[in-house]
Amino acid sequence: MKFLTTNFVKCAVKSCDASDLSFPLKYEECELQLQEHDFNPEFLISMLPRLNWDAVVQVAADLGNTSLPSTKPEGIENNEQLLKDLHSLLLETQIINGKMTCRHCGHIYYIKDSIANFLLPPHLANS
Amino acid sequence: MSGKIQPSQEEIELETRRFKSTATPELQERLYVHSVYNDIAQHFSQTRYKPWPMVAQFLGSIPDYSLGVDVGCGNGKYLTVNPKLYIVGSDYSTGLLDQAVQLHQKEFNDLVVADGMMLPHESRRFDFAVSIAVVHHFSTKERRVAAIREILRVVRCGGRALVYCWALEQEKSRRGYREGMEQDILVPWVTKDGTTRMRYYHLYKKGELEEDCVAAGGRVVQSGYEKDNWWVIVEPL
Repeated sequence: MKFLTTNFVKCAVKSCDASDLSFPLKYEECELQLQEHDFNPEFLISMLPRLNWDAVVQVAADLGNTSLPSTKPEGIENNEQLLKDLHSLLLETQIINGKMTCRHCGHIYYIKDSIANFLLPPHLANS
Repeated sequence: MSGKIQPSQEEIELETRRFKSTATPELQERLYVHSVYNDIAQHFSQTRYKPWPMVAQFLGSIPDYSLGVDVGCGNGKYLTVNPKLYIVGSDYSTGLLDQAVQLHQKEFNDLVVADGMMLPHESRRFDFAVSIAVVHHFSTKERRVAAIREILRVVRCGGRALVYCWALEQEKSRRGYREGMEQDILVPWVTKDGTTRMRYYHLYKKGELEEDCVAAGGRVVQSGYEKDNWWVIVEPL
């Protein structure tokens, strides 16, 4: 799973939908890999306003990166270095294996071979 | 279709009786959808490479760098049709997702295993959704409506979803399903080694998909028929 996708996934349990704690998930024991992709500043400039920056900062911290600014950077169009850093973090950083925990219900989801699995056991699927 | 011997009408009817006496819709879907796709994933995927025109047109009409979901993405053939969209594809079948990883995982998409009834996404987060040949695998009307409602939940106000389902009216196809026939059916898939697996489908009749979208709390923007399927473009209210 790409780092970027951590901004778009939350706990799948229905009774967690109303809770702010179900997003972002808490990332632990993660094995990361850098996968090179072409640098596309246009994509990052368009995507930045769509990101929940607090969640970006929180997940980055879970993964051991505490170097991000606490507020969403502005005027990134002319900041090539920042764009390259974001490219590397958001699109090139893959979580290969790891676990994701809901801060609301405590359910643990796993990432295996880069694929996160959000299927729920029957007792949680109907709650 | 692999050219191997197709099951007889009697065999299909026997299996259909077993399907109908299966205890719950969830179990029906597990036995007659999920487990079948996991078993046939590789072979099935080899036959699914050409995007349907209406789907390609819809994806092509979405502004660059929009954010979307492909619910029931299968082998991922729609994830890269418009390379300027960031799409999170999900599927219940890990077998099909393995195919998607091999075939279509690129820089602007990602893949997760998820249940279409319980998408792991925040409400109203995405600009668009596609769900192609998926909703017809839910085995009751309530569940099909709930599946559409769940897709609409994650689409933002003013965003759109394209939902595509198999039609009952397909007189011109070799299968010959047509008006007046049973809508809940099993469709055989003969694997390369000659074993037959049967998948459950609900064949949508004219107007029914629009009706389910409205029941799910959506507003139908456009609808039509293409290649044995009914499609709708629907937006959340």
